[in-house]
Amino acid sequence: MTLKTLNLDANKCTSCLQCEMACSLEHEGIFSPAFSRIKVFEFEHGKRSIPYTCTQCTEAWCMQACPTDAISINHLLGTKVVDENKCVGCKVCTMACPYGTINYNTRSGKVTKCDLCDGEPKCAEACPTGAITYGVATS
Amino acid sequence: MTWAKRILRVNLTELTTTIEPLNMAWANDYLGGRGLGTKYLLEGMDPKADAMSPENPLIFATGPLTGTMCSTSGRFAVVTKGPLTNMVAASNSGGKFGAELKFAGYDLLIVEGRASTPVYLLILDDTVKIMPAEQYWGTSVWHTEEDIKSVHNDPQIKVASIGVAGEQGVKYACIVNDLHRAAGRSGVGAVMGSKNLKAVAVRGTHGVSVENPKEFMAVVKSSHQLLADDAGRKSLTDYGTSAMVDTLNAFGGLPTKNFQEVSFAGTEKINPQAMVTPNENGHTNLVTNKACFGCTIGCGRIAHIDKNHFSIKERSQYWHASGGLEYETIFAFGPMLCIDDIDALTFASFLMNEHGMDPISFGVTLAAAMELYELGLISKDETDGVELRFGNAEALTIMAEKTGLHEGFGKMLGLGSKLMCEHYGRPELSMSVKGQEFAGYDSRSLQGMGLGYATGNRGACHLRHDTFTEDMEDQTGQGKAQPCKDSQDRIAMIDSTGLCLFTSGAWANSVWSEQVSVACGPEWTSEKLLETGERIWNLERLFNVQAGLRKEDDTLPARMLNTPAPAGIAKGKVAQLDIMLPEYYAARGWSTEGKPTTDTLSRLGIDASMLG
Ligand code: SF4
Repeated sequence: MTLKTLNLDANKCTSCLQCEMACSLEHEGIFSPAFSRIKVFEFEHGKRSIPYTCTQCTEAWCMQACPTDAISINHLLGTKVVDENKCVGCKVCTMACPYGTINYNTRSGKVTKCDLCDGEPKCAEACPTGAITYGVATS
Repeated sequence: MTWAKRILRVNLTELTTTIEPLNMAWANDYLGGRGLGTKYLLEGMDPKADAMSPENPLIFATGPLTGTMCSTSGRFAVVTKGPLTNMVAASNSGGKFGAELKFAGYDLLIVEGRASTPVYLLILDDTVKIMPAEQYWGTSVWHTEEDIKSVHNDPQIKVASIGVAGEQGVKYACIVNDLHRAAGRSGVGAVMGSKNLKAVAVRGTHGVSVENPKEFMAVVKSSHQLLADDAGRKSLTDYGTSAMVDTLNAFGGLPTKNFQEVSFAGTEKINPQAMVTPNENGHTNLVTNKACFGCTIGCGRIAHIDKNHFSIKERSQYWHASGGLEYETIFAFGPMLCIDDIDALTFASFLMNEHGMDPISFGVTLAAAMELYELGLISKDETDGVELRFGNAEALTIMAEKTGLHEGFGKMLGLGSKLMCEHYGRPELSMSVKGQEFAGYDSRSLQGMGLGYATGNRGACHLRHDTFTEDMEDQTGQGKAQPCKDSQDRIAMIDSTGLCLFTSGAWANSVWSEQVSVACGPEWTSEKLLETGERIWNLERLFNVQAGLRKEDDTLPARMLNTPAPAGIAKGKVAQLDIMLPEYYAARGWSTEGKPTTDTLSRLGIDASMLG
């Protein structure tokens, strides 16, 4: 089975941050880009805006590094998921991740990362330009 | 409740910062943004006080919908007494600063007094610090913003700042946030400069909460869809605001050569098509479009200048991309000055953002200066040797920089067209109302637009009313008063929600009601919203009356009232203000002298004793 992934197309992104708000509402219950698991980076006065989040990489460095086994794979979705009950907030995973997409959350004292909203990613749903889509990558 | 229910009050004389609860009774009457800011302003100062004095508060006001997922939720208003008009100024901006202020947990930031030395404000949620800013004084908006982020090691900090123009009291200095969005009009940047306040830097993590996220998101989704399907929205996404250039040119309502003409031969070199067409060097002006916070339209343009262009050939610091041209900038630098050089226009526009100036007022002031120059009333000695002739692109770029840096003849231009034309003994050449320069619509072909300019609470302005449909259909003063009044009220409401005016075509009043209700409570019906708009308009008027506004100030320049349009659809016509104004006062429930009556004020719940 080929897993669906988030496909991010920086050429379409306008930096509106609808995705960040959708993400923070889904996971934190508030509109707060500061707590979004997807981030949009801007370059050169807005010439480029690049949305960026966990790629659910096969290596799963975060999972391998976690001393409490708080991170596991959801095989249906291919996501690496944090169990907040097991996470002690030691941040080792944030250092292990080469992409910087698992982060310490000051509200919960645990780490947070993209979990594809259990297969219905809210960022993709919110993106008005088609810069974020969820599907089987074609290229 | 999407109000944060807190305001931050900073007194720069006393060097104090206090967090206070939001006055919810006022919020219920004035919503937020422009409306609530004006209420706090009027309660906090004597409208007669000098705009540049410490007695004039500078208020940054978000709306209840700012920072939510409603589309275009990045708006905030800067409310203060403006030095350009000496009346109430409410200048609206987008970008990301406003939402960040809301995320830090504030509906309003009120800055009072005056610091003895330059400072900037650093707001990290509840931690507020007044920081020394000598190192930024005399430097640009771009430098200040980038350096503050780097010094605090946080690229996510959002900054609103002034350039040299604001420091030096250029009458139309603006406050620029996020590098190229601006609270542009009426000189709010000069007020900030008079307080010795260089910048406000903010980072917020409290976020915005809604009572019932499910219900909220249902409303958000349907209003997003309406906007996505709207033809006006599509045009804004594709062309930005500049699609108007060709429409008005064909109509004969595109102000040209300081309103001496009504169409411009060079439009195809500066219109939306020109922005995407490669020039002889293979250079294309437009890079991409860009959205403000939460915006699903994305009308902002990001552009760059041809490196071979005379303006930046030797100046590689301007080879990067930045905020590009929009309709008003094209009007004010293009047809008004008879310049069809898109790179010169773009460079001058960069300079407006870098040094913090309103391009409309600057361009219209320069147009008046060019007319005075060609009349022989300004000499080449005064202009530092620059030929201030219509069509001279170099005059535009040189004077944009001189004004921004407050040098040479730029100091004269920095006074605005009214004071400058008075200085040269030809006040009628200033295309302004109440001291504020015209936007890009001729009031002989667009009669209702002229009425809106004449009665605008911040002087001539295209963003305070919308009679476009009526004006396109009929070029007389008949039937313009009521739609002018109604749209003024509606826009005052929109400007107080925290969302953007550019949604107004796609969203009927019921859609506004749905969005404000789901955020603020079911009592926010369309009726209450429009009544709130009317209340805001009257409160602004009351401020102005107290500040010294007279009936004679509700007027238009002689060129609109006495000189018939030379061509176009309104050829031979003048602005019929004499028909429209009495009707307008009656529609407003004001006296024939243009003062709100006690009855009207009581109906709106405004304390009539303030009439004095
Ligand atoms: S929602 Fe889409 S367009 Fe908007 S910032 Fe996110 S990725 Fe970019």
